[in-house]
Amino acid sequence: MPLDLFSVGDPIADTKAPMDVPIGERWSERRFRGRLVNPANRRKLTVIVVGTGLAGGAAAATLGEAGYKVKSFWYQDSPRRAHSVAAQGGINAAKNYRNDGDSVHRLFYDTVKGGDFRARENNVHRLAEVSVNIIDQCVAQGVPFAREYGGLLDNRSFGGTQVSRTFYARGQTGQQLLYGAYQALERQIAAGSVEQNARTEMLDLIIVDGRARGIVARDLVSGEISTHFADAVVIASGGYSNVFYLSTNAKGSNTTAIWRAHKRGAYFANPCYTQIHPTCIPVKGDYQSKLTLMSESLRNDGRVWVPKERGDDRPANDIPEDERDYYLERLYPSFGNLVPRDIASRQAKNVCDEGRGVGPGGLGVYLDFAEAIQRLGRPAVEAKYGNLFDMYAQITGEDPYVTPMRIFPAVHYTMGGLWVDYDLQSTIPGMFVIGEANFSDHGANRLGASALMQGLADGYFVLPSTISSYLADGPFEKVDESHPAAVEAMQGVQEEVQKLLSINGTRTPASFHREVGQLMWDYCGMERTDEGLRKAIDRIQEIRKEFWTNLKVTGDWHSFNQTLEHAGRVADFIELAELMCIDALHRRESCGGHFRAESQTPEGEALRDDENFAYVAAWEWTPEGQPPVLHKEDLVYEYVHLAQRSYK
Amino acid sequence: MTASMQSSVGNPAAEKRGMNLTLRIWRQKDPSVKGKMVTYKVTDISPDMSFLEMLDVLNEQLIMQGDDPVAFDHDCREGICGMCGLMINGQAHGPQQTTTCQLHMRSFKDGDSIDIEPWRATAFPVIKDLAVDRRAFDRIIQAGGYISVPTGTAPEAHATPVPKADSDAAFDAATCIGCGACVAACPNASSMLFTAAKVTHLGLLPQGQPERDDRVVNMVAQQDREGFGGCTNIGECSAACPKGISMETISRLNHDLLGALRAGARPKS
Repeated sequence: MPLDLFSVGDPIADTKAPMDVPIGERWSERRFRGRLVNPANRRKLTVIVVGTGLAGGAAAATLGEAGYKVKSFWYQDSPRRAHSVAAQGGINAAKNYRNDGDSVHRLFYDTVKGGDFRARENNVHRLAEVSVNIIDQCVAQGVPFAREYGGLLDNRSFGGTQVSRTFYARGQTGQQLLYGAYQALERQIAAGSVEQNARTEMLDLIIVDGRARGIVARDLVSGEISTHFADAVVIASGGYSNVFYLSTNAKGSNTTAIWRAHKRGAYFANPCYTQIHPTCIPVKGDYQSKLTLMSESLRNDGRVWVPKERGDDRPANDIPEDERDYYLERLYPSFGNLVPRDIASRQAKNVCDEGRGVGPGGLGVYLDFAEAIQRLGRPAVEAKYGNLFDMYAQITGEDPYVTPMRIFPAVHYTMGGLWVDYDLQSTIPGMFVIGEANFSDHGANRLGASALMQGLADGYFVLPSTISSYLADGPFEKVDESHPAAVEAMQGVQEEVQKLLSINGTRTPASFHREVGQLMWDYCGMERTDEGLRKAIDRIQEIRKEFWTNLKVTGDWHSFNQTLEHAGRVADFIELAELMCIDALHRRESCGGHFRAESQTPEGEALRDDENFAYVAAWEWTPEGQPPVLHKEDLVYEYVHLAQRSYK
Repeated sequence: MTASMQSSVGNPAAEKRGMNLTLRIWRQKDPSVKGKMVTYKVTDISPDMSFLEMLDVLNEQLIMQGDDPVAFDHDCREGICGMCGLMINGQAHGPQQTTTCQLHMRSFKDGDSIDIEPWRATAFPVIKDLAVDRRAFDRIIQAGGYISVPTGTAPEAHATPVPKADSDAAFDAATCIGCGACVAACPNASSMLFTAAKVTHLGLLPQGQPERDDRVVNMVAQQDREGFGGCTNIGECSAACPKGISMETISRLNHDLLGALRAGARPKS
């Protein structure tokens, strides 16, 4: 590894989890040792919360209920739009309502293993403990979870676990959980404990005397750039899948809040850990603006295949049975079409790379229900998957009952994020990071139905407890917009906005976004190589130069200007893309969603290197021209034993 | 690209040929100036594009010409966030009962002229072009669209069984995405379907009973304060609703409202 791409700094470690007690007592013990703020003093303390998804919405509401003064920020018109709304499948909790042997310890174990042994044990155990409280809270809020005829909550199994611990609300679990948090938040807004800042985007973090004390934000309607101050800042701005341009994330989902905090000193952990979902509707053309996920449950009855011959352009139904390659069934006889997400995705890529992909650009594989329709009858297939078939037909204009569906993998979640300790505090004192924006719980691969669990655990239960220990030192000295740190941050944002508008080149923000996204997909997507990543890093540096010399943004900054918003976000994605590639390049092992072609078993499966890479890679930003600094947090497994996964 | 031709052979309806369209779009720089319809041409539009992707194409052209692109709200582009919403040829979300982002250009044909306007309602003032301010909906929720249960106070989830039929009906109402198509489609610009969906969702659940009377009177009072029109049971709202929220929710709201008023509940001033 050449030293010019990064340097190695001091190791980093969590110091908050009480390691002198057993893992099952650490969360309780941490809350006991942490300091409290008495209710009369809470109203003297202000907390900024950026984002209103499951994590941010739940945190803002809960802090408001506790009596803190909260300032909440979101970029859409309403907090109810946050992209948590789009989560389909469900939320895990160790309730053991099925009496099928589930427990807090089993959920903890499954999550650490599912993360391919790259998550921190203490955080995951706490997540499993808190999971049961989440379900209670959401039911009390009126979340209409699926129920059985006896009136009790229904469960289903999910993502290959052996127990049924997933609670769900049809295919709209994220929507219903988000509305629960949203309504709790609106209740606090009405009560006057939460100040609302709709259509407002955080553009910088203000640090005073080493503590996070505020943000610079732009009102997206008036264009006004202003400063906001508090005793602590909570970032809950979600993941960064849109670095790939095409992903299942909302169009507005972005990395700006966490990236700018990173540039102010917050370490960014495991940026290369991304999850690619195998069953999405493929790209149709250059105009494509986003990708849509189809529930993984389709693989229970659909058979995945491609033609045996490359370039076979006959319609699917004209290809005889013996000229089809049901490659998952061939390669994984025991798991067949039900192999885990990362494997299904990578094999789809492999057959397309061989030139056997189907549909536009050869980037798709068939998911065929002909056999299921014959075996079960069309009405039974309709009952099970009708809404998904309708959605597919709506988007593609094709009838999946007649011609096989075409699917292709797409990026939909990022396990990496800002580094946090057990208290969810970043390396900047007073700045906390929750939900998908942090790195903490999923290691190198997230299990299905665990994202909603983590967002709500952080927002309702973890952050509101841990933040009091920090706020007990406050209120801190009053700062306002005249403070030199605020002036400097404000000027930096104004200069950048004006710079974006003044380049007046020949390419739109979207064209740069597409280019960097395609590059990331090709070289930092489902399969990564030393050579490809180096190529990508070189190219990203060129794109970055061109961006700042050839960008075209129309209009001005003091009005509603969606092109300007996009330009600022793309600038941050380009910088993040480089760090992701450096992280992927330095991690010369395969683990979870990170597959390095050089590190595989003779059968072509991911091969971890626990001796050299059982650590969290926490990256420190350095000014342009200097390589980022790597800080390693060693992962120590006291309760779970490291093992290689196998699905043959 | 042989593979792409293959899929169209298998499905004649999806024959790929670019369409040329005339768009008449509402342009309004900000709320302080008068807006007007402006005509644009777009060419070679694929029937597989979503409606918003067609607008993306137009906007990329406008930016390259140095013109101001058309502002419109959107986010998830998979029909669930409720951020998008346009009047398309006078219909909320266009000719199909879906969200604007899920409307595809195969619903139109070569040579068509398409009128595109923002939601029209006093309570939804225009921000710019096709983007409107829908925060009035949030204020209706603030007036009572919740169950008061601070974090940590909840009883065990199985302490209160809920009949499956009630739970399913509550879910149907709870799927409202708050897009505002109901208001835009209503000749009175009434928000009754939005409010009724929330009143129904929470009113059908045992957890929602303690605040049921206060909720309905306060939410109805708030929608009046916001300047939404009255409901005259026309039903355009439900016909335009991308989530198919039923008119039955409005009957339930009226039933609850009458009961609450007779029981002496009055809106907070």
